[in-house]
Amino acid sequence: MTTLTPATEAELCEAIAGSAAARTPLEIAGGGTRRALGRPVQAEAAVSTAAISGIRLYEPGALTLVVAAGTPLAEVEAALAAEGQRLPFEPMDHRALLGSTGEPTIGGAVACGVSGPRRIQAGACRDSMIGVRFVNGRGEAVANGGRVMKNVTGYDLVKLMAGSYGTLGVLTEVAFKVLPRPERALTLVLEGLEDARAAAALSAAVTAPFDVNGAAHLPARNGTPARTLLRVEGLEAQAEYRATSLARVLAPFGEAGRVEGEAHEALWRDIRDAARFKGRDGAVWRLSLRPSDAPGAVARLRTALGADAFYDWAGGLVWLCLPETGDAGASAIRAETARLGGHATLIRASAATRAAVEVFEPEPAPLASISAGLRAKFDPAGILNPGRMRA
Amino acid sequence: MEMPQPDARALAARELLLRRLTEALGADGVISAAEELIAYECDALTAYRCPPMAVALPRTTREVAETVRICASLGVPIVPRGAGTSLAGGSLPTADSVILGVARMNRVLEVDYPNRVIRVQTGMTNLAVTGAVQGDGFFYAPDPSSQLACAIAGNIAMNSGGAHCLKYGVTTNNLMGVTMVTAEGEVVEIGGAHLDPAGYDLLGLICGSEGQLGIVTEATLRILATPEGARPVLMGFASSEVAGACVADIIRSGVIPVAIEFMDRPCIHATEAHAKAGYPLDVEALLIVEVEGSDAEIEAQLATIKEIAGRHSPMVMRESTSEAESKAIWLGRKAAFGAMGQLGDYICLDGTVPVGTLPEVLRRTAELSAQYGLEVANVFHAGDGNLHPLIIFNANAPGELEKAEALGADLLRLCVDVGGCLTGEHGVGVEKRDLMLHQYRPADLEQQMAVKDVFDPRWMLNPAKVFPLAISESRRTAA
Repeated sequence: MTTLTPATEAELCEAIAGSAAARTPLEIAGGGTRRALGRPVQAEAAVSTAAISGIRLYEPGALTLVVAAGTPLAEVEAALAAEGQRLPFEPMDHRALLGSTGEPTIGGAVACGVSGPRRIQAGACRDSMIGVRFVNGRGEAVANGGRVMKNVTGYDLVKLMAGSYGTLGVLTEVAFKVLPRPERALTLVLEGLEDARAAAALSAAVTAPFDVNGAAHLPARNGTPARTLLRVEGLEAQAEYRATSLARVLAPFGEAGRVEGEAHEALWRDIRDAARFKGRDGAVWRLSLRPSDAPGAVARLRTALGADAFYDWAGGLVWLCLPETGDAGASAIRAETARLGGHATLIRASAATRAAVEVFEPEPAPLASISAGLRAKFDPAGILNPGRMRA
Repeated sequence: MEMPQPDARALAARELLLRRLTEALGADGVISAAEELIAYECDALTAYRCPPMAVALPRTTREVAETVRICASLGVPIVPRGAGTSLAGGSLPTADSVILGVARMNRVLEVDYPNRVIRVQTGMTNLAVTGAVQGDGFFYAPDPSSQLACAIAGNIAMNSGGAHCLKYGVTTNNLMGVTMVTAEGEVVEIGGAHLDPAGYDLLGLICGSEGQLGIVTEATLRILATPEGARPVLMGFASSEVAGACVADIIRSGVIPVAIEFMDRPCIHATEAHAKAGYPLDVEALLIVEVEGSDAEIEAQLATIKEIAGRHSPMVMRESTSEAESKAIWLGRKAAFGAMGQLGDYICLDGTVPVGTLPEVLRRTAELSAQYGLEVANVFHAGDGNLHPLIIFNANAPGELEKAEALGADLLRLCVDVGGCLTGEHGVGVEKRDLMLHQYRPADLEQQMAVKDVFDPRWMLNPAKVFPLAISESRRTAA
């Protein structure tokens, strides 16, 4: 398969216009580390944005960063760290879970709408995005939003592009609102809570006014006791005050231990990257639910499917690992989301499984028709990542 | 303001329309008498007025859907309306339209503290949402200045912001789900009490679409725990440039204040004459910076802020030490718009600029103000660069409205030219519609209009807004 690697947006426009005219289906990739997310793409050629790279504008005093889509995430994070700032949404690195190689790019993280533990307090990937440039399926460059954090001029296509997996357009540039790194960060740890009790502890923590920005629960497994993790950050004095106050809120659930420094960083990196399932066989699912519904759903899916689970986002994000047999648990999982509301995405499975089951939650008919309508408008020839989201 | 010719077919359907709306909503759900329609002929952009054919005031999502189906079947355009507080003419009627107002849909449907969400009907006012939960220690973060009156429906339509969005974001960052009636009158659910979309981010698309993609009747909103306390510090500077540099340094320091408000000399003087808040009159620019948290956290943050401000030779630095002092500091800022009203009529602009360009933009604003011979006062959210220049004019003097509008357009072009945008939180409406091509190229707007084609193929929802009439004409007339 040929891979086109345009170096500029203009070259990308030309490549896509040519493919649209020839009706050549294209697989779109940044660094290629998230290629196994979604359904397998039916493509005859590939387009990589890796050469459309570089930080275009960075104004730390305005909390603003504009970056070309193919820029490695590591380069972005290093530039921000040098100024004591960071991306608010803590994007997951999928390499360990998916067994992929290469360098994750900012465009890839945006196209897949990747948000980590800080989602509950700092918002999703899309919430940090303030502008995009992309090339649609006709080969036309389109700009939306800009480089200021308050902007309601026209429709918000910025958010639409986040998590659209390259099926509406190929990103060339993204602008973000960034945030300062805290002076201090630490984790409070409760041990030995069963799921429902842990969910109550997570809820108590995030409904207290201490700006908890990480709230996860790792159920017991293989003799390791269950751990409930709560992250607080801030200026030196602020973080201390928040941790002490939060420990008081959590007192009914047990005495909270403290983890700081590299161990603290590692804890949240592991939550972010679903490291619990690393190196283990099986299908991996990600469920977004009303947090209080999650323990019940997990209990039923453990029994029905032999699933192992952990919780992020104050309990509202459930990660499941289960045997990849039959439909990889799809019907049992979707019965839960149908009953409770919320949605489930198959994150890791063989290409055959991902082709056979709905990777993304099926949409009710009126919404499916809107989504299909948008796709047809943005990419009339259907050449951008065909099949990646819906068959 | 140019508006399209009313559609003769829609006008001719008026009697049948009124009969069917009355059947569906009851006599008290439909307004059609000329003297009563006057109340709906404009929103807060009062310079433009046009009575609609009728006003429909449904009470339920089902009645909204029925209203939409009736209008669709008769080819009558719909102008959705929340509380009518739009400063951009977002709910200005057309002569051939029905106003669909959600004001009667103002109930709380569900409060769920453990999951930090509230579900409301969208006719509820912004402040009433916080009012419903504050007794239990929660609040709804977006706080537009009009929050006492404005409806959640309009907040969603315009993606409203407020003074505190530097920390908490704007409506789109706090909206989790909606019930929406489509242009065909179908009821759809998008999002809910869970996070993030199952497919394309339709919720993100609908928020800020100015009522042109559907009518949002219910909303699930994020509520947050009320901070333990908040305290402002007031600082005066010798020039706007210095104040602007101070803002950038505060933001860089790692402290994220919940608000950084900026007032310039004309605004300080007008406000002081009106509200007597004790503001210093010898400074060129004034900042009000507010931080939140426990007493200890507030002390720590204010210490950093005062240390930074100290490097910019402040002429005044007044830290609140009590509730009464906090109130006094905010008194002038909150009275600013009212105070401007004492000076004359005014147009309130809403452009956003990159924070680093604030000094240049303020200097150019003063030059343009002098050039036009119209006073401009600046009061705005400095942390995010969202300007609110107020152009003072006399509406009774012939030609002065047009002159003020021309100055406004120049100021908005300036915002775009330095890397900003036309509107930070008010929306495009009719007011900024014809400036859209200054910010976006035709291909950019074509892509946005293609979105409307999907949701509203006949272009019946909130016609003649957002897009310049010339570029939307073929779509509007195709219907």
